[in-house]
Amino acid sequence: MSYFRAENLSLHFGGLKAVDSVNFAMEKGEILSIIGPNGAGKSSIFNLISRLYDPTSGRLFFEDQEITHEPPYSIAKLGIARTFQNIELFENASVLNNLLVGRHRHCTSSLWQEILYMPSVRRDEKIHRHKVEQVIEFLDLEPYRDRVISGLPYGVRKVVELARALCTEPKLILLDEPSSGLNVEETTDMSFWIRDMKSELGITVLMVEHDMSLVSRVSDRVIALNYGKVLAMGQPAEVQSHPDVVAAYLGA
Amino acid sequence: MKFLFKTDYEDDIRLFPHSGYLWTYGTLLVLIAAAPFVLSSYLISQLVFVSIYAIVGVALLILTGFTGQASLGHAAFLAIGAYTTAYLQQFGVPFPVYFLTAGLLTGIIGAIVGFPALRLHGIYLVIATISFALIVEEILARWESVTHGNEGLRVKTIQMLGTTVPRDSAGFYYLCMGVLIVVILGAINLLRSPTGRAFVAIRDSETAAKSMGINVSLYKVKSFAISAAITGLAGCLFAHKLTFISPEMFTLQLSIEFIMVILIGGAFSLHGAVLGAIFIVMVDPFLTFLKDDIPGAIANFSMLMGAGAERAAAIEKSTAAVASANGLKGAIYGFLIMAFILFEPLGLYGRWLKIKLFFQLFPLYKRATFKRQKIYVKSERNR
Repeated sequence: MSYFRAENLSLHFGGLKAVDSVNFAMEKGEILSIIGPNGAGKSSIFNLISRLYDPTSGRLFFEDQEITHEPPYSIAKLGIARTFQNIELFENASVLNNLLVGRHRHCTSSLWQEILYMPSVRRDEKIHRHKVEQVIEFLDLEPYRDRVISGLPYGVRKVVELARALCTEPKLILLDEPSSGLNVEETTDMSFWIRDMKSELGITVLMVEHDMSLVSRVSDRVIALNYGKVLAMGQPAEVQSHPDVVAAYLGA
Repeated sequence: MKFLFKTDYEDDIRLFPHSGYLWTYGTLLVLIAAAPFVLSSYLISQLVFVSIYAIVGVALLILTGFTGQASLGHAAFLAIGAYTTAYLQQFGVPFPVYFLTAGLLTGIIGAIVGFPALRLHGIYLVIATISFALIVEEILARWESVTHGNEGLRVKTIQMLGTTVPRDSAGFYYLCMGVLIVVILGAINLLRSPTGRAFVAIRDSETAAKSMGINVSLYKVKSFAISAAITGLAGCLFAHKLTFISPEMFTLQLSIEFIMVILIGGAFSLHGAVLGAIFIVMVDPFLTFLKDDIPGAIANFSMLMGAGAERAAAIEKSTAAVASANGLKGAIYGFLIMAFILFEPLGLYGRWLKIKLFFQLFPLYKRATFKRQKIYVKSERNR
C-alpha cells in the first residue's frame, strides 16, 4: 500500500470541475510536484487534502487510514502540515509565537493547568521552545526570532511559514508555491531546504510549483494538471516534454 | 537603554522579564495597599468601580482583543453574575460559594452563547451579541418569580469569616483589587500558554489555525466561556457595590462602555484594560465637575473680562444648560471613540509605549517609527 493516496478525487462547483477524478499515490520519503497552468486545480487539491473543502466524490488515504471525513484540525494531528500560496501567518504575533502555534498538536496541558501555570506547563513550554529552536536553526531564522510578522519582508515570511509547518513535526508536508515571490538566491535556498527536509528529517513532500527549474531540481516525480484532470505523471523531464503538457502551457 | 541578554528559555517565559518590572509593580502594589489610608472615601469608591471595570476589561480583552470575537453583550454577562449573587443570597449561601457560582454559571451561559456565534464573523457577531443582551434584559424584566422584574433586587452586604464587609469599607476595596490581581495573573498565564496562542492564531487567521491542528470551534467556545465567567465574577462585585440591581442597569450603554474600556486602553495588551477602566470611570467625576464648577467659573471669567452681572448670570445659565444636558455623556463617549480610532488606535497603552520609547531612544527617536505600514492583502476565501 502506498503512503498517501487520492482515489477518484473530485471537486465540482456547480458545472465547474475544479478537480476531476484525480488519482495519485505517494511513497514515503518522496518529493512529488504538481504543475499546471493557473486554475488547473492544484491549490484545490491542497485544500481538499487539508480538508478546507469537502470533496464532491473520491477518497483520501494517509498511512492506510481514510482521512476524507476528518475535520481540518485533526489532519494536522495526523501529521500533515501545509503552507499557503498567499501566506497565512499570524500577522500581529512574533515569529517565535507563530512557530510555537505550530507546536499546538503536541500540547497536552488542560485549561486549569494553564491558568495556574503549573510546573508541567512550564516544562512543556521549554520542550516546545527547544523544538522550535531546532527548526529556527534549520531554516536560519535566528535574526527574526522576536520580530512581529507584520514588519517582516515577504521572503522571510515565506520561510517563517515553512518553519511553522515544520514545527508540527509533520510526516507529510504540503507546500503551496514555496518559491512564489522569492528571488533567485532565496529560491536556491528553498530548494536545498526541501531536499534536506526529505533526507535529514524524513518528511514526504507534496508541492505545487510554477518554477520549473525548482521543480526539476528537487522533485522525484511530477504530476501535470489541467482543467482538474491529470495530463501526465512521471519523471520531471518526461512530464515537461509530454506533448499534452506542452500544449496546455503554450496552447496547441 | 536596557539590553536583555537571554541565556535560558526561561527568560522568555517568566512573569517579570527583569528586576525593573519587580520594582515598578511592587511600588504599584504598595500604592494600591496604601490608598484607603490616604485617599478620600469618594475616590476609593471610584477605585472600586475601576477594578470592576478592569475585570470586565480583561474578560473582553481575552475575547475581543486576543480571540478577535467582538461582543456587545457583556452587560448581560455582568447582569447574570449580579442576579445569581442576589438570588443565591436569599437562601443564605456564603459569599465564596455564590461568588464562584456566579462565575461558573455565567461561564456556562457564555459557552452556550458561543455556539451560535461560531459561524458569525465581525459585524454579524456584534449583532448576535447585542440580541443576546436584549434577550437577557427582557428575561430579567419578565421572570418576576426570580428577578422581581423591574422592581429589582436588594443585595445584602458580604458576610465573610464572621465579619461584614460593607460596600464602602476598605475591606471591600481590597477584595475587589485582590480579585482584579488574581484575574490578571490568570489571564497572563493563559495568554502565555498554548491556549492563549491558539486564541491569537484564530484572531489572525482561522484558516491557518485550522491547518495547525487548532480546533477553532472549541477554542472560540472556550474563549467565550472564560470571558463570560470572568465577567460573572465582576457582576457579583458590581451587585455588592450597588446594593440594588434592576434590569435597566444592564443596558446596551454599559456594554458600549466596556468596549470603550479596551478601545481606549489599548486592545492588544492587558495593561489596556486597567488604563481604559481608569479613564472610563473618571468620565463621571469629570461630568460632575462640568455641571458644578464650570458654569460658575465661566461666569466669573466673563465678569473679569468686563461683562455685566446680568450678562454673566445669563452666560452661567446657558453653560449650565449645556453641561447638564441629557445625553451629554453619550456625546462625550462618541467623541472619544472617534478620536481614539482616528488618532491613537493602539489606545492609552500604545501611547504610553511610544512615550517610553521616546525617552529610551532620546535623542534618536524617529517620528516615523510608528507610522502605520501597509499590510499585505490576505486571502479570505477559505473562511
